[in-house]
Amino acid sequence: MRGPRARTPGLRRRPERTLARYRGLFTLALVSVILPWFLPNNFLLNIAILTGLNAIVCVGLNLLIGYAGQISLGHAGFFGLGAYVSAVLTVDFGWDPALAMLAGAVVVGLLAFVVARPILRLSGHYLAMATLGLGVIISIVLVHETKLTGGPDGMNVPPLRLFGRDISSERDWYWLVAAVLILAAWLALNLIDSPLGRALRGLHGSEVAAQTVAIDTARYKTRVFVISALFASIAGSLFAHYSGFLTPSEASFQRSIQFVTMVVLGGMASTYGAVVGAAIITVLPQLLTVFHDYEQVVLGLILMLTMVFMPKGLVPNLAVYLKRRLS
Amino acid sequence: MAEFLQFVFSGITVGAIYALVGLGFSIIYNASQVINFAQGEFVMIGGLTTAMLAQGGVPVPIAAAIAIAAAVVAGLALEKLAVEQARDAPVVTLIIITIGASIFLRGLAQIVFDRNYHALAGFSGEAPIHLAGATIVPQTLWVLGTTAALVLALAWFFGRTLLGKAILATSYNPLAAQLAGIGTRSLLLLSFGLSAALGAIGGILIAPISLTSYDVGVLLGLKGFSAAVLGGLGSSMGAVAGGLLLGFIEALGAGYISSSYKDAIAFVIILLVLFFMPRGLLGRRGTERV
Amino acid sequence: MMTRLFHRLLTLAGAAVVAAAAALGASAAEPIKIGSFLTVSGPASFLGDPEKKTLELYVERINAEGGVLGRPLQLTVYDTGGDAKQAATFARRLIEEDKVDFLIGGSSTGDTMAAVPIIERAEIPFISLGGASVIVDPVKKWVFKTPHTDRLAVEKVYADMKKRGLSKVGLIAGDGGFDKSCVANASDKTLLDRYGVSVVGNESYSSGDKDTTAQLTKLKAAPGIQAILFCGFGVASVIVTKNYHQLGISVALYHSHGSASKQFITGAGEAAEGARLPAAAVLVAAQLPDSDPQKKVGLAYTKAYEDRYHEAISTFGGHAYDALMLLVDAIKRAGATDRAKVRDALESTKNYIGVDGIYNITPSDHDGLDVSSFKMVEVKNGNWKYLY
Repeated sequence: MRGPRARTPGLRRRPERTLARYRGLFTLALVSVILPWFLPNNFLLNIAILTGLNAIVCVGLNLLIGYAGQISLGHAGFFGLGAYVSAVLTVDFGWDPALAMLAGAVVVGLLAFVVARPILRLSGHYLAMATLGLGVIISIVLVHETKLTGGPDGMNVPPLRLFGRDISSERDWYWLVAAVLILAAWLALNLIDSPLGRALRGLHGSEVAAQTVAIDTARYKTRVFVISALFASIAGSLFAHYSGFLTPSEASFQRSIQFVTMVVLGGMASTYGAVVGAAIITVLPQLLTVFHDYEQVVLGLILMLTMVFMPKGLVPNLAVYLKRRLS
Repeated sequence: MAEFLQFVFSGITVGAIYALVGLGFSIIYNASQVINFAQGEFVMIGGLTTAMLAQGGVPVPIAAAIAIAAAVVAGLALEKLAVEQARDAPVVTLIIITIGASIFLRGLAQIVFDRNYHALAGFSGEAPIHLAGATIVPQTLWVLGTTAALVLALAWFFGRTLLGKAILATSYNPLAAQLAGIGTRSLLLLSFGLSAALGAIGGILIAPISLTSYDVGVLLGLKGFSAAVLGGLGSSMGAVAGGLLLGFIEALGAGYISSSYKDAIAFVIILLVLFFMPRGLLGRRGTERV
Repeated sequence: MMTRLFHRLLTLAGAAVVAAAAALGASAAEPIKIGSFLTVSGPASFLGDPEKKTLELYVERINAEGGVLGRPLQLTVYDTGGDAKQAATFARRLIEEDKVDFLIGGSSTGDTMAAVPIIERAEIPFISLGGASVIVDPVKKWVFKTPHTDRLAVEKVYADMKKRGLSKVGLIAGDGGFDKSCVANASDKTLLDRYGVSVVGNESYSSGDKDTTAQLTKLKAAPGIQAILFCGFGVASVIVTKNYHQLGISVALYHSHGSASKQFITGAGEAAEGARLPAAAVLVAAQLPDSDPQKKVGLAYTKAYEDRYHEAISTFGGHAYDALMLLVDAIKRAGATDRAKVRDALESTKNYIGVDGIYNITPSDHDGLDVSSFKMVEVKNGNWKYLY
């Protein structure tokens, strides 16, 4: 009688896949460790930290857009909500920042869960509209509930306290955000290789076909929606404490578009693509200041040209190109 | 009662604007399944170019013609140089391309023109018309009338002319349309040009009511998209209905519930409508072939 | 071989000469670096655009006249697009990368407050162009500001209402920081009591709205309403005014200082007639009595700006003018560009005549203006008319 491994040859490939997965993660960790040598001042560290926070959101959003094939134009709403729950609980109610962050995640997760079922029944542009609406509603509430949120002029946020000490130096924040990003990437990669991930890819290919093989598409879509919302919420809470100052524009439609652009530019269905996309969109405005009044014109051109010549996004396209060159 | 009527007129004024912009979204979607997030910028080009030229002494009709031409050129360029090159890309990529185009056009407008707001004189004066205790500006009637005329013209175009039917055929099934000998690429170009022209006309009509500036396109694009989706993508009547409905909800919401939250109320209602009618009010009830 | 050696020597000598010249040149004309982060584009561009133009214009003029302390000014401007996050990033960039000596900027309150912690930590003098009181109250060691606080603007309006015997006001505002701050001040009990005013209506519109007749209809119907205060800026100032005219509303219309630009009158046309607002003296510089010390400064600024940019001045550009001039004055009085010395000099500015008003900065008041720095103006015959 042949053993189970022989009967199911697919399983045998698992160790190689695990290695490949960890190879990418190891590279990310290596880059994170080496990078500070090239960031000698607070400004550059600031850019790196913001990139990292955006990347955390994008890694989660990529699960939704790239793997599950669902468009969300309202993810900044989750980011902003997580940030504000953290801020309000720590400022007005004196909560411990770490607990407040958890509370933020719970609130956002619950909201995502409740709206997921009705929203995810929609498809394509209707889904985009629904998520857009959700994000805008959150943004409007944040703007108008001035007594709680400080309104458009924003509110101050105290520093994060972890293990009894305030995280306030730029360096401390860099390490924290890098660690959280690597954790987020690891989680995402595990999800992609889990039954959930496989179900998502089946769903992305053809929702009806997935349903015919008894995949509960609604449940899986909800799960990935909530997970991506949680990623955004945690990133938002971290941002609130890092920046020390929060405005409702962090939940705006423009911010949501920014996140989607990062994911698509970097490469959908690629966790590292999401990180690369976040890096590019965060760094680009700093590089484009040389163009002064032409900044927007150049930015628009770069976006269009990149998407036209690399429609799947940078990382997948570059990977294909490199493979061809090296083979 | 007069108050209610005034809210209705307010809703019509804003709704007609949204309807016109939504119509532009609808046409491009009809031809290509693409949501053109630069549609708002076509509106801006129409209004701002006309206003700036008129300010410089050019007679309004000529300024308007130049503005519409400029928008059409932008639309054709967008299709030819960007959308067509990426025609096999996933939908999200195309969305990002149009977003890039809108950023580009906005940036260009800031340089070519300026960052201030500009006015355009009403076509038949500014004196408000009084009706049963409420007032409406003549320009609103212009917007409504033109929208109605355009909808009729488009219905005739898509329903009766070969060209229009060809565009529809392309949107239902591009492959079959090509096999039937339809030049899908040039049709797509045509739709973008048509949509741009419509957007520009809208911008010129709207400018006397709400002025124009380099960034009017941002919010108008968002509202136009909402109107088109609410009404059901793919249906011109739907886009118009969606726009008017959106305007009404905003005005009545502001009037009777809360003016701070009127936009939130509008979005809640859109979400509810989509919940019960997942393809919008008049959306194409298609079946998905697997 | 000799030629090669000769060549090398020549190159070395040449390099030495160039280096010496550079060193000499640098020390003779090392620029004073001023950094600026403004909302040049985006929803608050009505603030940042004229501010940038003003700073660029006057840095050029000052340099043409020999600079400050014999050194030229070097201006670096970044556009935040109205995003507070970007303001914080650019503040860091200006301080750490561009290594500026002083900062002027933060067009909006949000932009300013986001950058304040970084500025305080870096101990660099900063003159903010933002409007809210919170920027200087509580006082922060390194943060100053030139615009009047919006509280003063509301006070001026309420004082005028009291003069005209009006006591019931309806508010209409947008969803920007400027608007909300104005509304908060307009609803402040202390002010309401001081001028005997009560708020009978409070309506809001979203930025970018095309029509506000619904909101104005509600205000029109508010019981006993005697005046409407528009707390907003930009296109909305024209739309609200046109709607007000369309609906035939007869109660007094007041605007906040956000509408203080000729653009508003041009846009609103005859609908603007009779509207009143508090404005910096520069808006009506030509109509001020000759005895008013602000007349000369205001006229000079108006001429310089309009000659160069061919567009009407806005009082927001004036904030930037005052900030730059105050800074230059402080540097001159300190006799050095040492940050602490200049900060101290700023803090002891007395009776400095700017376009916004006459500044008297003290350790407890880093703004330095009072309600007399606002003038009440009215739109008459398509132009601003100075009232008092």
